[in-house]
Amino acid sequence: MTSFDQATVERLQQQAQQLRRLVVDLTHQGQCGHPGGSMSLAEIMSCLYFEVLNIDPARPQWEDRDRLILSKGHAAPIYYAALAEKGYFSPALLGTYGKLDTILQGHPDMHTPGVDMSSGSLGQGLSPALGMALGAKLKGKSFHVYAILGDGECQEGQIWEAAMVAPHFGLNNVTVVVDKNRLQLTDFVENAVSIDPLGDKWKAFNWHVIEIDGHNVAELLAAFAEAKETVDKPVAIIAHTTKGKGISFMENEVSWHSRAPSDAEYDQALKEIMLACKGDF
Amino acid sequence: MSDMQSVRHAFGEALAQIGKVNQNVVVLDADLAPATKVDDFGKAVPERFFQVGIAEQNMIGMAAGLASLGFIPVTSTFACFATTRVLDQIRVVVAQPRLNVKMAGAYVGVLAGKTGKTHQAIEDIAVFRGMPNMTVISPADANEMRAAVRAMIDYDGPVYLRVSRDPWPVFMPEGQFTIGKATVLCEGRDVTIISTSMMTAHALLASQKLAGEGISAHILNVSTLKPIDVDAIVAAADKTGLVVTAEDHNIYGGLGAAVAEVLGEHRPTLMRRVGVRDTFTETASNPELLGKYGLTPDDIVAAAKDLLARAR
Repeated sequence: MTSFDQATVERLQQQAQQLRRLVVDLTHQGQCGHPGGSMSLAEIMSCLYFEVLNIDPARPQWEDRDRLILSKGHAAPIYYAALAEKGYFSPALLGTYGKLDTILQGHPDMHTPGVDMSSGSLGQGLSPALGMALGAKLKGKSFHVYAILGDGECQEGQIWEAAMVAPHFGLNNVTVVVDKNRLQLTDFVENAVSIDPLGDKWKAFNWHVIEIDGHNVAELLAAFAEAKETVDKPVAIIAHTTKGKGISFMENEVSWHSRAPSDAEYDQALKEIMLACKGDF
Repeated sequence: MSDMQSVRHAFGEALAQIGKVNQNVVVLDADLAPATKVDDFGKAVPERFFQVGIAEQNMIGMAAGLASLGFIPVTSTFACFATTRVLDQIRVVVAQPRLNVKMAGAYVGVLAGKTGKTHQAIEDIAVFRGMPNMTVISPADANEMRAAVRAMIDYDGPVYLRVSRDPWPVFMPEGQFTIGKATVLCEGRDVTIISTSMMTAHALLASQKLAGEGISAHILNVSTLKPIDVDAIVAAADKTGLVVTAEDHNIYGGLGAAVAEVLGEHRPTLMRRVGVRDTFTETASNPELLGKYGLTPDDIVAAAKDLLARAR
């Protein structure tokens, strides 16, 4: 197992909190968006954008870059937070979220710098990831392709069409991250239509499965390293997370799937994030 | 019009020829290659031919991913599946980002080899005309198909290509097709027939029958349904002041509707639409289907005479 220095882990934890802060900002000022499923992704996005991905924000179309597809496109707020923090566009642009003519659409659009594939209709993101991974093989490129899926999204049939195809084509250059935050729009996933045992399903489709705590930065980094080192199969990382993670009144609350914070909720959320960071912004 | 050639075979041959030269062309097949004729490409360029299984939704997504890397993916399945089965996938990851994916739909219209209504695509034009960023091509014969495949590959953007199944008369010139341009096939002065796909051959046969009764038909072949050739349609309507449309498609949302929209805005003209009259179709031989669903040359003749009578 790969070990990571404490400084890196702390930096990525802080970065995750900063992404949470921006999600609260975005959804409050735009009075729209999906905070719950964004918060569950904070550590995952922090690790990918600020440690794992081989990308260059100055060259968003760089041919050899790693690709990332946010298949659960409704988590756009934290996507835009990560892209802005990484330098794909000015953080000032985050203020345009939810306003006419913004490049930051309600769901990700390829015309936004840093967005490798449009998404937003659930179940669709893994298939383009496979196309990219296949294209990399055809072109002799060594870049890696990441697809971030929601757990509720795994109810979509197309996910399993793609899951079946990836090992068949030997696409060992694609890694799936399932943000298993256990909630979907209407209810807990297990009450809607249970997808468990999820890891066993991916294993049965001939994927290498890694199950981790999706809020534990060290575990995430180790999983991403293992994914890169796994050459005989594509890898599915099942990241066990909490929807709304980090904001007490959002955690495990179905209503925070899609809801904008009021002024009072905004203040409370920022306070909690500051406390979690020990005021270290 | 004595020469008969299979339009789908012309499609397969043209695609294979282009694939041998253009390294960016890749073909994805959802388990129908021997029927859709993309097996020609598979034999010619096996390294860029991918059997993706009976999973059309995933096929469209994979094509989008390949297109994002600069490849020119051609997806192939039956038209019925190429449209409604994968419509949301096309909308979100192909049309909205305007990715360079070419979607070939085989067995358009009612002539689908006795497969019946599940496989008879009579809504495909309507579906893609209503979708922004889409180009819709519907060649009339094998010659126009060969040229259309080349034009489709050269064009940068999403294209839906209608591919007919059966051998059909060949009458179009070779190597002539421009996206967005309709072609006058026959100058006339009494009634205009505007047609697409296999119905253009029937328009020509209808014009011969009409000529026998002293009626001169002006014929316009519209092989790009979107973008539609407004100038050519208005000019063709101006020639006679009466327009019959003929298509292997529902009369709603297809060529007839597109022509009515153009003429309604630019040159209100008395019209009749020949096509499937808003009903699902069935399993039968080609002549039986064409007869029952009103797609014969005689149906076009009757529509033309009806218009002439109404105009009198």
